[in-house]
Amino acid sequence: MSSLFNVFDVAASGMLAQTVRLNTTASNLANVNSVSSTPDKVYRAREPVFEAIRQGWAGNGLSEGVRVAGIFESTAPAGRRYEPGNPLAGPQGYVYTPNVNPVDELVNMIAASRSYQNDVQVMNTTKQLLLKTLSLGQ
Amino acid sequence: MSVPTTHLFGLDARALQLWQQRAQVLASNLANADTPGFKARDIDFRRALAATSSVGAPLHLAATDSGVTLQGTADTGTRAPLEYRIPLQPSLDGNTVNTQMEQSAFAQNAVRYEASLTFINAQISLLRTAITGN
Repeated sequence: MSSLFNVFDVAASGMLAQTVRLNTTASNLANVNSVSSTPDKVYRAREPVFEAIRQGWAGNGLSEGVRVAGIFESTAPAGRRYEPGNPLAGPQGYVYTPNVNPVDELVNMIAASRSYQNDVQVMNTTKQLLLKTLSLGQ
Repeated sequence: MSVPTTHLFGLDARALQLWQQRAQVLASNLANADTPGFKARDIDFRRALAATSSVGAPLHLAATDSGVTLQGTADTGTRAPLEYRIPLQPSLDGNTVNTQMEQSAFAQNAVRYEASLTFINAQISLLRTAITGN
């Protein structure tokens, strides 16, 4: 039994979580211009919150994976723009813009992809170690 | 007749197990680099090895209540003496993982694992020479 295999599970859980994060970032950036007629209906920036998988995982207390605890919508106020010519404009002539901050999203994207790369590297290193272990004594 | 691997390969067989466990802990740190409130952990290798070094000791790490940590105590039920890292600088979300340090520790751990493998390999070829007699 090699506990090195647990490393694969841990790294995979990290990659999965970062993928969700990249997904929400893509969704936020894609909807950065999705205006709406009321502040209630406008798109809100989504962000995943991670949590460590503490118990019942590989059962030895050493490895802690990560999972997405939930995806939350930002509570920041929606923006407002005066555009009476917009077909989506409300009776006052205002359209409401999502509370997506493109700079935040880009930073999130870079951080997520770096973390993903880290996990890939962990997997690769572990794979090499396991292969070397397999060829022990040859 | 079975010969315990410790008698054949000495310290390296035990070290190999510890490197594996440490790889798990460090991989967990890296995977949780963005988890709010996650506290980075590590194994005190010297003490863990000392705990398994007595003759006839089982290869796995015994549960220890001397898992005294630098800051608070590690989770109960852990087998290796885990310790929490002291963060170099505080972060807003309470996460104490320093990705660069963890990466370097993981790379170091991998090299040490390979070193132990190399020693075991050398021992195997030594034994093979002794068995075949040439």
